Amino acid sequence: MTHAASRATGRSATSEMVRRLPEYLVIWVPLLLSAAHLISFSIWTIWISFTPSTLIPVSGWVGLRNYNAVLASRNWQIAFDNLLLFGIAFVLLSLITGLLLAILLDQRIRAENALRTIFLYPLAVSFVVTGTVWSWLLNPSIGIEKLVHDLGWTSFHFDWLVNRDMAIWTIVIAAIWQSSGFAMALFLAGLRSVDADIIRAAQIDGAGPIRTYWRVILPTLWPITITVVVVQLQFAISAFDLVRALTNGGPGIATQLPALVVYDLMFQRNQLGRGAAAAVLMLLILLAVLLPYAAWRYVRRRKAAHA
Amino acid sequence: MAALSIRALSKRYANLEVLKGIDLDIESGEFTVLVGPSGCGKSTLLNIVAGLDRASDGTIEIGGRVVNDVPPKDRDIAMVFQSYALYPSMTVRQNITFGMECRGIAKAEQEKALANVARLLQIEPLLARKPSQLSGGQRQRVAMGRALVRDPLLFLFDEPLSNLDAKLRVEMRMEIKRLHQRIGATIIYVTHDQIEAMTMATRIAVMHRGVVQQFADPDTIYRYPANLFVARFMGSPPMNTMPARLEADAGGPVVVIGAGRPDEVRLRLQGYDAAASYVGREVVLGIRPECIAEGDRVFSGAVGPPVIVTAPVELVEPTGAETIVLLRLGGEPAQARISPDIRPTPGATASFALDTRRLCLFDPETERLIA
Repeated sequence: MTHAASRATGRSATSEMVRRLPEYLVIWVPLLLSAAHLISFSIWTIWISFTPSTLIPVSGWVGLRNYNAVLASRNWQIAFDNLLLFGIAFVLLSLITGLLLAILLDQRIRAENALRTIFLYPLAVSFVVTGTVWSWLLNPSIGIEKLVHDLGWTSFHFDWLVNRDMAIWTIVIAAIWQSSGFAMALFLAGLRSVDADIIRAAQIDGAGPIRTYWRVILPTLWPITITVVVVQLQFAISAFDLVRALTNGGPGIATQLPALVVYDLMFQRNQLGRGAAAAVLMLLILLAVLLPYAAWRYVRRRKAAHA
Repeated sequence: MAALSIRALSKRYANLEVLKGIDLDIESGEFTVLVGPSGCGKSTLLNIVAGLDRASDGTIEIGGRVVNDVPPKDRDIAMVFQSYALYPSMTVRQNITFGMECRGIAKAEQEKALANVARLLQIEPLLARKPSQLSGGQRQRVAMGRALVRDPLLFLFDEPLSNLDAKLRVEMRMEIKRLHQRIGATIIYVTHDQIEAMTMATRIAVMHRGVVQQFADPDTIYRYPANLFVARFMGSPPMNTMPARLEADAGGPVVVIGAGRPDEVRLRLQGYDAAASYVGREVVLGIRPECIAEGDRVFSGAVGPPVIVTAPVELVEPTGAETIVLLRLGGEPAQARISPDIRPTPGATASFALDTRRLCLFDPETERLIA
């Protein structure tokens, strides 16, 4: 009896394995391949960063020399300052823009679907395209400034793209245009998942629309906010194509960002070791964002499981 | 004073009429239950009273003031929702004081009101917690606390117990009733559960298809249901209803079930004068399951021996407190509630005592109560 039962379960376990084989193949093969690439190339890059490699990878050990050189370079220092400014300004502003768009879309307006698609559409555009288009729009001699001049307002001045102090903000503008739709979509989903009865209760309690949003609805959105912040931050840290197409780090090196420094060192100046060191530094910055996020998610899941 | 009066109220969505000319007058201090099957319009009516929805026609007066165009916060009402609708990001304390904060009441006064309500509902230990850290029953209490702290003219309850498990539901039912007795508030309570309606209400409005079918105290609703819908909706098991024929002989009117059959059942009516004009016509007879009992039962207050019939038993359902028997009276199916220790054999016949003082007769066309 028990023997037969165990044989039956054994057979069904095997057939279950066979039945689910395609699923395992589809999930695990690509996952292992990409993990292997990611990990092996990361390790390789880390190793290179400790070697005196220049044009081609060579073995040898130089300790932290590459790191010291990168950290001491003016290029990296400007890139890091820019990253701080760009990261904070872009994340905050795209968060606010996305949230405002979501709140406005949430007012049961007409043509909501069309508007939502319009706001989300930039996300489907490649960063290179965004960067190129905005570089035309912001170019004083062919873009917005020219348009306003042609309309008759000849004293109008909008030269951020070629202005050393303001050029970084053109990247902020283009990045917000590109990705606040993403924040909007997430926030809108969050707003829509708020129980309608809660809003009614606030209405009966006498809370006006602003107080209802500020005290009742928005506090429920903070898990979404954190997700948006992390996704946007990791975009900001690894931003490359947008900047390359929009300003290419210029004017001069005014809009230099870490990814551009890596590219510059590795492929323009043939300093593989230093480039790898800069790349590892970027990885460390990314980890500084992602590790706390992973920890937060872990704690939250544990809490949810206990509740 | 009328706490709430509703006049000729109707509500239409496009070409769907949800409420059709509702008239209700609710006195101060009453516990009114709006009961009906889902889709009968009871929640819509409550939302219109709360100001969360607009009426298409008609007027609503709260405390003698027409409030059709008054926003919810100025209607002097408080509402308890089915989902509790606690603010998830606020503590219990903030949930309860949020309304006062919105109305700009001084902090000291808020604290006093909060302390009173927390004591009344015994939620003092929970004040610092978030709703997610509370059980269903505790959330329910906090939701009631949020309403109570306002001390409004009118409390509105929208199916507040339907998310609780059966045991907790019964406890909270008693607690709400006790609360009503203690503070004497005017309550309008929406439910689809007729037992909640019967046990808590001072008056019940039974709704069906956007119309108030009957608005009366629970005893009247149970004893004299205005029509077949009310008769079948209220009570569990529901009232047995069956076609019958009204005849008359020397002794007065007699209602006959299964007339002409060998097993026809003849029940003599006493005090059903209103039925005189129906003699010789078909009627619908309504008889509550508790009016059919085992053969040797003596009904309380009965004068003279009860009517005894012998009837075939089809099904026996023991519930512990009583035995529900499905039998046939003159060929018509009927449920009886008999003593728990008596278990008739399905397929055999048994004798049953009928309490004929509480029969209901309905017009088969209009479905209205005749007598």
